[in-house]
Amino acid sequence: MSTSSQTRPPRATRRGGLFRWFDRRTGINAVLHEALDEPIPGGARFAYVFGSALLFIFISQVITGVCLALYYVPSAGDAHTTVAYIVKVVTAGSFLRSIHAYGSSAMVILLLLHVTQTFLYGSYKGRRELLWLSGCGLFVLVLCMAFTGYLLPWDEKAYFATAVGTNIASEVPVIGSWLKALMRGGDNMGTLTISRFFVAHVLVIPAAIFGFIALHVYLFRKAGSAGPIDEDPYVPAQPPEPFYPKQVIIDAIFALVIIGVLALLAKNIPFDLGPKADPADTHYIPRPEWYYIPIFEWLKYWPGSLSFIGIVVIPGILAFLFASLPFIDRRMERRPWKRPVAVGCYVFVFLALFGLGYQSYAGDHSDPAVAKQIAAQEKAMDDYMRQPFQPELAAGGAATATASADPLVAKGSQIFRAHACNACHGNGGVGTPAAPKLTGLHQKLSPDQLTALFNSPSAQMTAGGMPPVRLPPDDMKALVAYVESL
Amino acid sequence: MSFAELDPSLQPALSTRRSYLGWLMGLCVAGVGAALSVPIIRYSLYPLSAKTTETKWSDAGPASDFTSLSAPVQREITVEAIDGWTKTASNKVVYVTKNPAGQLELLSAVCPHLGCSVQWVDSQHKFACPCHGATYSPDGTKLGGPAPRGMDSLESRVQNGRLMVRYQSFRQLVPTKEVIG
Repeated sequence: MSTSSQTRPPRATRRGGLFRWFDRRTGINAVLHEALDEPIPGGARFAYVFGSALLFIFISQVITGVCLALYYVPSAGDAHTTVAYIVKVVTAGSFLRSIHAYGSSAMVILLLLHVTQTFLYGSYKGRRELLWLSGCGLFVLVLCMAFTGYLLPWDEKAYFATAVGTNIASEVPVIGSWLKALMRGGDNMGTLTISRFFVAHVLVIPAAIFGFIALHVYLFRKAGSAGPIDEDPYVPAQPPEPFYPKQVIIDAIFALVIIGVLALLAKNIPFDLGPKADPADTHYIPRPEWYYIPIFEWLKYWPGSLSFIGIVVIPGILAFLFASLPFIDRRMERRPWKRPVAVGCYVFVFLALFGLGYQSYAGDHSDPAVAKQIAAQEKAMDDYMRQPFQPELAAGGAATATASADPLVAKGSQIFRAHACNACHGNGGVGTPAAPKLTGLHQKLSPDQLTALFNSPSAQMTAGGMPPVRLPPDDMKALVAYVESL
Repeated sequence: MSFAELDPSLQPALSTRRSYLGWLMGLCVAGVGAALSVPIIRYSLYPLSAKTTETKWSDAGPASDFTSLSAPVQREITVEAIDGWTKTASNKVVYVTKNPAGQLELLSAVCPHLGCSVQWVDSQHKFACPCHGATYSPDGTKLGGPAPRGMDSLESRVQNGRLMVRYQSFRQLVPTKEVIG
């Protein structure tokens, strides 16, 4: 396909001088010819749009992702505030974040459609094993992107879903706990977890995706388009049609539909941000993003010592079978109705995933206690979205400044530090992942109520690791005055 | 092999049609691209159109406290400054006094000489800087000493019965008031 530019006058000779000048220095004409004149046996089809749609949505994710990074800070103390700043303060911030967040779902949907089309059309057959394997690599990388990106807002659902997700890694035999600590940057979720997930999400995995896309497209062009289901995968017999213009137009229209749907969703139903992650909240029921729900449900059926089989062995076998499909299925038959076993397995796995998803949904809605808690979580999220943006108090700010104003408060501040309250609640009571913030408590609790809570913490506080405070009355008074001043 | 090679006679007509289509598509892509880049540009340029760093008005107490002012009084105010998504708060000292016209005026306690805290000396009925001896009248006018100018007045207003002040810092050692920061 590359010889044609030598056997006939280059198209550039029929064009303006500027194009010719440019072409002689860049060879752009040959590149365009290579890119646009790709022969498609049997002609352009709507069925072929998913690959280029994935590329399009990936580029959209890169652009919106770069935008988000403009205001985002990956640390446990700042991540949630900066995302709230993007959503509530910055012009078009909520819109771009919603495009990015919904875009991840769109990417998973398109990925499934692309795989399904490739599978049903038997387009993995005929020297396309490496093309299929590079696609499997992309599949895993996209799922890793979804997993790592989900944590970054550091809100309740992000925190708890990732806590569960990283716990699953610890089920891997021998290296499990090591793997978990590697992902989390320690035994517990914290600021190191965020920076690790951030680096994976914006540097490592995207770089790998770019590489795999290049490989995937190269291998695709090397093997050639497989064409319709009755076509021979090695030597296409049907008259080809060039990629440009018809397939390009179909692809462009589909891309336009996708971005239109995403923009409408982003505009009308902004992707929500919940309250900041509160690890002490023992009532929170974590639920992953929809595409992980079936796997999430699946894990419930494998308690205790069996979990290794459910989490590692069965998914591992399935993934291995899936990746080695073009090596197992060597027949050249492409019509799905002539491949009952392969198609049957595929449909079965899909139905099983749907069934598990439904099971999870039904389970959540049939148990009134769970349904109530999930409704409360959704309400907390809506409430948080409606609150105006609260700027984060910079260290060494008002808390320390006010402390010096009143001697009682100053004494309380010393007690606060002497008893290492700041180890969990942060300097100036700004809160850490280990314990909630104390700032603004005076709006909710009177000094007497606070003293009572210090003497005998509530069940929720005890569960979060808050010990009762034993102090002489004067010191207690000073500490209460200090905490109320925050 | 490409499609054109299969039937070269088609090439000229195809080329015209394709190049016309190319322009049309290029136009469409440019239009859609322009529409999509609007939110991205607005998002990126947000700090140009909105104040992302600002000093808020601070409360210096109820205005009624200062109706019968015979001598300047010292007030500690909390100055909140917004810097992007963070907020800093610091305590500053100001003096509430009256200008010759009898209106309330707020003075920064920072000496315009080298930045020490100017103190009110009631027995002498004037401000005096403890560092290098600059002295100022009750309304902040320079009386003597090394200071290049009088004490710096701050923007103030009465809002809902509270005396509000906008705290600023000024360059030292210059004869005119220049805001810094």
